[in-house]
Amino acid sequence: MKFDNYMTLEFPSKSTNEGFARSAVACFAAQMDPTLEELGDIRTAVSEAVTNCIVHAYPGQLGTITIRCRILKNNTLDIVIKDKGIGIENLEKARTPMFTTGGADRSGMGFTIMESFMSSFSVKSKPGKGTTVHMRRVLQRRK
Amino acid sequence: MHLTSYLQDGTLTVALSGEIDHHCAKNYIQSIASKIEAYSPKLCILDFQDVSFMDSSGIAVVINTLRSMTRLDGHLELSGLNAQPMKVFRTSGIDKLVKIKEEIK
Repeated sequence: MKFDNYMTLEFPSKSTNEGFARSAVACFAAQMDPTLEELGDIRTAVSEAVTNCIVHAYPGQLGTITIRCRILKNNTLDIVIKDKGIGIENLEKARTPMFTTGGADRSGMGFTIMESFMSSFSVKSKPGKGTTVHMRRVLQRRK
Repeated sequence: MHLTSYLQDGTLTVALSGEIDHHCAKNYIQSIASKIEAYSPKLCILDFQDVSFMDSSGIAVVINTLRSMTRLDGHLELSGLNAQPMKVFRTSGIDKLVKIKEEIK
């Protein structure tokens, strides 16, 4: 796959980094001249994925979260968010809207939002090894 | 997290601001619940006018507030929603559970 530009971010799974991660990806995406709505969608999807790593992948401990972004030739932003945490036993259940194991302060809507806010979305997970979320957003070309 | 609130004629208005994510959601949930418990309002309005970003953590804030108000036989309304938080609420279907009084286009 040919790309125009890329960046990689690595940071510990501290909740203070949620805002940093979504802002950093939005700053990188800004060179693609996105609309405000597109930028909002990207920020939201990244926030959901990073929060999942913090809450579910590394419960009660710190681990590393890696984000790799690439700008592909067809005005597409490609985002991979990866952790080496505990993994997801039942992916189908985890993707069910309103299902959460995260307690009363979670809504269970993370995967649903990533799926509906991005052009494509996939998640791979191995229990004990970690989880990788792969998302793409095709940006409109402004006239 | 920054939150201001006032009570008038049995209506508790809570103005949220900044970015609502998992990092601050728990504090919002606890803070709003304790205000509702202290004032027992008939109506609670969550004002989102100064909320510039919200992820699904905001849904949990609204659901928890709705639970507190339902326990009191009260009502909950949301107001001043910008486009980004509104899209998150629409995706979750919260707009069908809670009255949205005012939306900023």
